[in-house]
Amino acid sequence: MQKTVNLQLISIIILGVLAIASALSTVLSKHPIYSAMSLVVHFFTLAGIYLTLQSQFIAVLQILVYAGAIMVLVIFVLMLLNLNHEEKQKLSIQSRNSFGIVLIAVFIIMLSTYLFSGSFVYAQEENVMALFGPKALGYVLFTEHLAAFEFVGILLLAAIVGAMVMAKKKLVD
Amino acid sequence: MNLIPLELYLALSAILFAIGVLGVIIRRNAIIIFMSIEIMLNSVNLSFVAFSRYMSDQTGQIFVFFVMAVAAAESAIGLAIILALFRKKQTIYVDEVNLLKD
Repeated sequence: MQKTVNLQLISIIILGVLAIASALSTVLSKHPIYSAMSLVVHFFTLAGIYLTLQSQFIAVLQILVYAGAIMVLVIFVLMLLNLNHEEKQKLSIQSRNSFGIVLIAVFIIMLSTYLFSGSFVYAQEENVMALFGPKALGYVLFTEHLAAFEFVGILLLAAIVGAMVMAKKKLVD
Repeated sequence: MNLIPLELYLALSAILFAIGVLGVIIRRNAIIIFMSIEIMLNSVNLSFVAFSRYMSDQTGQIFVFFVMAVAAAESAIGLAIILALFRKKQTIYVDEVNLLKD
């Protein structure tokens, strides 16, 4: 029993450190393609963190949607744009660097004092598969949230049409 | 048996959100700003899933599903905007885009 607890804690710590490191590498890399590759690692570590939360459906969805679809889109645009100049000397907007770092420090201090002030919350033991399995989630999705599901379909259709209109050549000429 | 507190996940989510904000503030490449927005969306998803697990409520996971769908739509539109911007201005650095300035 003690061993499984330790294993869970070790895996969440390793995944958390990896997630933070890959997010930092995404934000701070010089070339955008390195950022994109770090972002793929970030998405996979987040899928692992969802697995430690016993949410297999969301973990699979994370890999399919983010690491599959969205990253392919980003990398295609990176290849289309061919950016290999002038990023070296001006990586970021200099006047905003100190402002950004101060803002982040204040944000993290605020949140950590809030989070670690009270008592901790622990998960209850229960039948997780009956609650978060694909069958249960699908049932809730197609009964209680059916209207939202249909609206998301319309939104995606509108996004496809909008993206095609905006990426056309005629619009910008 | 499960001895990991909810606050561990929330702290991780807050740190990832802060990193995303940092990326949006300090970078000037529009695609990297876009990726930072994805990091922020993912950190919020992590909060949703953690709360959903610890409160034994399915609604958080349904919400993550919708956030992912909206993020996919946002990425398609955002990258199309970046492509149109590059066609018009030959740059994707946000400090060189000042169409409304003059």
